[in-house]
This record gives sequence, structure tokens and C-alpha cells, in this order.
Amino acid sequence: MNKLVLTEEETMLADMARGFLDGAAPVSKFREMRDAGQTFDRALWKEMADMGWAGVLVPEDAGGSDMGFAAANVIAQEMGKTLAVSPFLSSAVIAATALRQVSDARASDALAKIASGEATYALAVDEGIKFDPEGTAMEAKADGNGFRLNGKKQFVVDGALADRLLVLARTESGLTLFDIPADRAGIQRDASNMIDARDAARITFDDVEATGDDVLGSVDRAMDVLKPALQAGQAALAAEMSGLSAGAFAMTVDYLKERKQFGVEIGRFQALQHRAAHLWCEIEVTASAILNAGRMLDNDPENAELAVSLAKARATDTAKLSVIEGVQMHGGIGMTDAFDMGFYMKRARVGAEWLGDYSYHAEKIAAARGF
Amino acid sequence: MTVNPTEEFRAQLRDWLQENCPQEMRDGGLAENAICWGGKNWVFTSDAQKQWLERCAAKGYTVPTWPVEYGGAGLTRDQEKIFHEEMGAINARSPLQSFGIWMLGPALLHFGSHEQKLHYLPPIARGEVRWCQGYSEPGAGSDLANVQTKGEDKGDHWLVNGQKIWTSYADQADWIFALVRTDKDAPKHKGISFLLCDMEQAGVETRPIKMISGISPFCETFFTDAVIPKEQIVGTENRGWDVAKYLLTHEREMISGGGAGLSGGGRALGAVISDTMEEMDATLRADAMRCEIDALSIGLTLERYKDQAEAGQGAGDASAMLKYMGTELNKQRHELMMSAGGSDALEWDGPLGNRAGDWLRTKANSIEGGTSEVMLSIVSRRVLGLPA
Ligand SMILES: Cc1cc2nc3c(=O)[nH]c(=O)nc-3n(C[C@H](O)[C@H](O)[C@H](O)COP(=O)(O)OP(=O)(O)OC[C@H]3O[C@@H](n4cnc5c(N)ncnc54)[C@H](O)[C@@H]3O)c2cc1C
Repeated sequence: MNKLVLTEEETMLADMARGFLDGAAPVSKFREMRDAGQTFDRALWKEMADMGWAGVLVPEDAGGSDMGFAAANVIAQEMGKTLAVSPFLSSAVIAATALRQVSDARASDALAKIASGEATYALAVDEGIKFDPEGTAMEAKADGNGFRLNGKKQFVVDGALADRLLVLARTESGLTLFDIPADRAGIQRDASNMIDARDAARITFDDVEATGDDVLGSVDRAMDVLKPALQAGQAALAAEMSGLSAGAFAMTVDYLKERKQFGVEIGRFQALQHRAAHLWCEIEVTASAILNAGRMLDNDPENAELAVSLAKARATDTAKLSVIEGVQMHGGIGMTDAFDMGFYMKRARVGAEWLGDYSYHAEKIAAARGF
Repeated sequence: MTVNPTEEFRAQLRDWLQENCPQEMRDGGLAENAICWGGKNWVFTSDAQKQWLERCAAKGYTVPTWPVEYGGAGLTRDQEKIFHEEMGAINARSPLQSFGIWMLGPALLHFGSHEQKLHYLPPIARGEVRWCQGYSEPGAGSDLANVQTKGEDKGDHWLVNGQKIWTSYADQADWIFALVRTDKDAPKHKGISFLLCDMEQAGVETRPIKMISGISPFCETFFTDAVIPKEQIVGTENRGWDVAKYLLTHEREMISGGGAGLSGGGRALGAVISDTMEEMDATLRADAMRCEIDALSIGLTLERYKDQAEAGQGAGDASAMLKYMGTELNKQRHELMMSAGGSDALEWDGPLGNRAGDWLRTKANSIEGGTSEVMLSIVSRRVLGLPA
């Protein structure tokens, strides 16, 4: 049975993660990085790896901690609260899940490098302005024993600095996923100047050579490995966004208790109380969808699609409300760069688009529910 | 080979349902009176309805989680989930519904004496006694603790005088549970007692009030020198507010289920709409998708709170959230059903049956059992700790 309460281990993991992130990656740390134009902190990632986070989905025999998807969600959620910057979603969740669908020595070696923090990954899927893996146009033309990759990707999250890229391309009769080093000849990476101040890139592939060895899974069958990876990523991103919602909300409630106007705390005004209460209700309901998605991925992955899309859709909507209300209830100060709420708002917007927006997932839900 | 006990339970239950659930009872029960409300005044709509109730009652399946000695089946939380899944799988109607099951039962299980439980619970489980709720008064709605109906202490009984209002189905009910002021000098929350009262006795009278949905399940109930024996108090004298509040949390959970009920085996709103509409327009479809996303998530939250309660972490005041979210969603759902029905939905008993009546009825969901505004105030004060 899928119990919708955190296990003792998950509760401990959450507490530990919170303790660590409050110290090592609070919002003030994110601000320093933003101001310095720094989108990745390798030392911080190494510390996270040492705690087992990079290997959260890596099997134990490849050096991982293999804690499962619900546990990955717990970590992502805590990262969302403090806007911690790391390649956790791209590497530890998405790439690791893709790699573990393949059982060969090369994949196992790659997984070990993820777990140790030695290798980071980015997923290069999007080509247009919207998430649409099935619509991939980038070409991988057969050439002798290998392939030649030509095309463009955008919104490659963590893509400017990742060591390796998972690239989705069209082969003769389907889609194929390639796992290649980011510095291979013919790859040009242009860092995007993202509103959330995180790493993302536009990448051009100009006659990039790939061998059969670079194919992850089977030729023309990318979805076998990519689908579980996308689902894991969508669930963890939803978890991050629910953490983000909770983080922004906590700031808002604190402000309602301390800010005075008309001689009283503004939190005494029922108009604000009810909006805050409504927001809390939305966050609470979304938390259930996140927990359920983790449980389904761990216990019944074949049937997890509905649960995952539900989590991502709800989390996207809730995060939007949380930051909109967060700015509004803070009044003018909420609009300033000196105040942290704007960081939450920008990250929520980026998270909303990544790996499928509200409509994308709503369509999946409608299909799964028979309309 | 070891058999998972829950799976074994599922197999047994499935066999039992196959054998015992009459075919007529496998339509989910949408029509009015499709599900039995029990009590002396109930007229069964078919033999199958009666048979279904009797068979379920004999197994304790009308109140699956109540202890066996009080008429239940003593199911665990996991078994209860399976019970609902298997009932849903054959689209079985619920055998019995009542305020006794949803509201009084849980309060009695928590606050009642063993004798009271033995006396009052089994007849509820068997559908023999129907209860109504005497909480609201003309001057005590959202401000419920302001009840003025008074009970004078006469040694072995209370002499009760006053007026209740909005007492749903009081004209059909056999007994009423009422909030009565038994100490007029105490602060308002501290002078209320929770009393059980036979409605057939002298001094209790009801009059129906007609609703916008065309039906009259509402009543006014008047007490004039009604005699309530002392053993008919639940909990401690003047401490009835605790019982009242406990019961309210169950009432709110029940009402919120209207929206969340979709999550289990229930069908998606969009699928229901597609039954009668060849092609949904884009706006309606988008609204139906949103409704579905919210319904599934609220349903999961209901599940999560039950799992939490089982793990010893009660939801407490947070359950106000379920009431608020569930009822607002249910209203939206019915708004969409009306849009989907177009002009067919505008007739009383037209081509779509009682769709308009159902739609009108849902408007009360965010009023009955505490309004949405009151729920939000509970959340903002007690959960978020905002200043009062
Ligand atoms: C279908 C239905 C069935 C019912 N069944 C029963 C029953 O069986 N037994 C029973 O005892 N009662 C029953 N009730 C009564 C129900 O509990 C009350 O109607 C409800 O508590 C609201 O009280 P009121 O109608 O007096 O509205 P009021 O309390 O007068 O409220 C009017 C408006 O003011 C708002 N308001 C009030 N106080 C505040 C505040 N502090 N802050 C913000 N807004 C506020 C309310 O939200 C509402 O919008 C039923 C009601 C309905 C609609």
C-alpha cells in the first residue's frame, strides 16, 4: 500500500537536508552567486555528493545510496525552500534514472561518476519554446558505424557547465538518446542569461560524431530510457517547486505577523488572512500530489504517469500563486531586488516551463482519465 | 506460499460482493433516493435496495471501520481502502448513508459510554434509526456557540425549550442530537451540553423549509418543555462544545468528500461530460482538466490525512482545509456540468434528470457545516497563527 505519510527515514532525511541547506545554501548564498554571475558551485555539489544526494537514485553496487524517488523528492523539496543551486535534478535524478535503465558496464561506470559528484549531466531535449520530446527534429544521421549529429537545442538546464550531455535526436525510424561528453568537437554551448540566474544553455551541434557506444539504450528506442527519466525529473521538479512555494509562503506569513499598518499587524486584516489561508490550503493539497508521485515511481512505475503529471501541474500552479501573493502581500518591498521574494518568483516561472508546463501535463491527465 | 493478508481480504471481499450485491445496486446510485437513508420513515425504492442493506448490515459493511460489537466490520485502514476500491470496481451503491454514520457515530465512538455505544450505534449501522442535527439557531449560525435553546436541570432530566433551524431531514428523522445551553451564566463555550433526543416525544415539533433546489429537506425544530433524561447526554455536562467540535470535523470531512469523491474509482468530470457531448469546446475542456487535477489532488489529501491519523498524527484544525477545498471544487464541478448540459440542464426533471437541482444544492456545500469564510478563519488563526 502506498502510505501517504513520510517514513521515519524520509523524515530524518528531510531534517538533515534542511539543516545542511540552511547552513550551506541559504537564500543569501544564492544571492551571492547571482551577484557574482556564478551558476554552479562545484564544492557545494561535492558536499552534497558526500552526503549521498548525488547518488540518491544510483544503485548501491555503483556506489550510490539508492534511496528511491520519494527520497529524491524530499531532497528536491528542501532545496526549493532555500533556492539552493545544484545540478541535482539534471544529474542525480534525470541522468541517473536514464542510466539505470541500461545494465552494462559503461552505464554502471557513468552512474558511479554521478554518485561521486565527479560527472554532472544536462538533458538536451527542447528545440522550440515548449517542451515536446516527441517533436524532436535534431538529426542523428547514420554514418558508417556511427552517427553525425546536427541541430540546435535550447533551454538545456545546467547545460553550459555540465560535463556530459544526454541528447535526444531523430534516427532513421525513431528517436535515439546519446550520452556524450560536452566538449566533443562540433558542440558549441552558449550560456543563456536566465531570469532565475541558473545555468542553462543554447547548444549547437555541428556534425558531431557519435559512436554506437554513445547510444544510451537502443537505437530508435530513446523513450524506453528517457520516459522514466523524464518522469523522475518532473516529479522532483514538482517537489522543488512545492518547496519553493513553502519557502515563499513562510516569508509571507512572517511578514503578515510583523508588518504594521493602521496601528496593527497587517495579519489582522481578514482580507489578507483568508488569502493566506487559501494559499496554505493549495500548498497542502499539492504536497499530497508530490508524495503520491514519489510513492508511485517507487512502487508502481509502470502506472506512474498520471501521478507525475498531477504533481507537476499542481506544483506549477501552486508555486505561481505562492509568489504572486508573496509579492502582493509584501507591498512595495516585494518588488525590490534587495528582497528575496523576486528570486522565488523568477525560479517559479522557470520551473513552470521546464519539463512540461501546466497545459502539457493537464493534457496527459485528461488522456489518462479518459477525456 | 505466503498470502498477503490484505490481498486475501480483497479476494474474499470480491467473492462476497459478486454473490451478494444485487445487479440493480451496481449503477453507482445517482438518482435521488438511490441510497437508503434508513429510519422508521424510509420507504425502500426496491426490494434490491432493502436486500442490499440487510446483507451489508449483517456483515458490518454499512459502517466498515466501526468495531464489530457496535455493528461494524472492524476493518483496518488498509482493508477499508480495499473495501472502497472493490465497491468502486463494480460501481456498487453505498448500502446506507446517514448523519448517524457520518456525524453522530464517530462522536459517540469517541465520547460515549460503553452503554451508550451499545444502545445507539447498532441501530444506526442497521439503518433502523435516522438522526438529524440540531445545532443551528436563528441567532447562531457561524457563531455556533451562541446557541440559546435552554435546558433546565430537573434532577433526573432536562426540560428543554427553544428553536433550532436548518435541521436537515428533521421531518424524516427519528432522533435528534442537539446543542443545548445548560448553564446560562458560564462563558458561551462552557455552558453547552450535547443531548440526544427522541423526536416522537411530546414537545418536539418540526416544520419544513423549502430550498432553492425545489426540495425541502430543511426544517425548523421547536422544543417546548421537551423532557430529555439525564442518561441521554454525551460527554460531560456543560462540556458539550468539545463533542460538538469533534463531530463538526467529521461533518466537514463528509461534506468535503463531495468534491474529493472523484479520486477513487470515480470517473473524471471530463469523461462524464463526454458521455453527452460529442465535442467539448476548448474552454470547457480546459476547465474540466483543471477540475480533474484539483479533484485528484484533494482526494489524495483526504487519503494522506487518513494515513496520518492512522500513524498517530491527527489532522486537527487542518481538516478545515478539506472542507473548504472540497466544497469549492464541488461547486465548480456542478457549474461545469450545467455548462455541459446547456439548455437541457435548465429544466426540472428534463432530459438530464435532476442536474439543475443538484447544481443548486451544491451551493449549500460551502455554507453547511461551517462556511468557507469560517474555514479560512480557522486555518488562518489556528494553523497559521495569524492574530485574531
Ligand atoms: C444545506 C444545509 C444544510 C444544513 N443542515 C444543518 C443541520 O442539519 N443542522 C444544523 O444545525 N444546521 C444545518 N445547517 C446550518 C448551517 O450550519 C449554517 O447555515 C451555517 O453554519 C451558516 O450559518 P448562517 O446560515 O446563520 O450564516 P451566517 O453565520 O449569518 O453567515 C452569513 C455570511 O457571513 C459570513 N460570516 C459570518 N461570520 C463571519 C466571520 N466571522 N468572518 C467572515 N465571514 C463571516 C458567512 O461566511 C456567510 O457568508 C445547514 C445549512 C445548509 C445550507
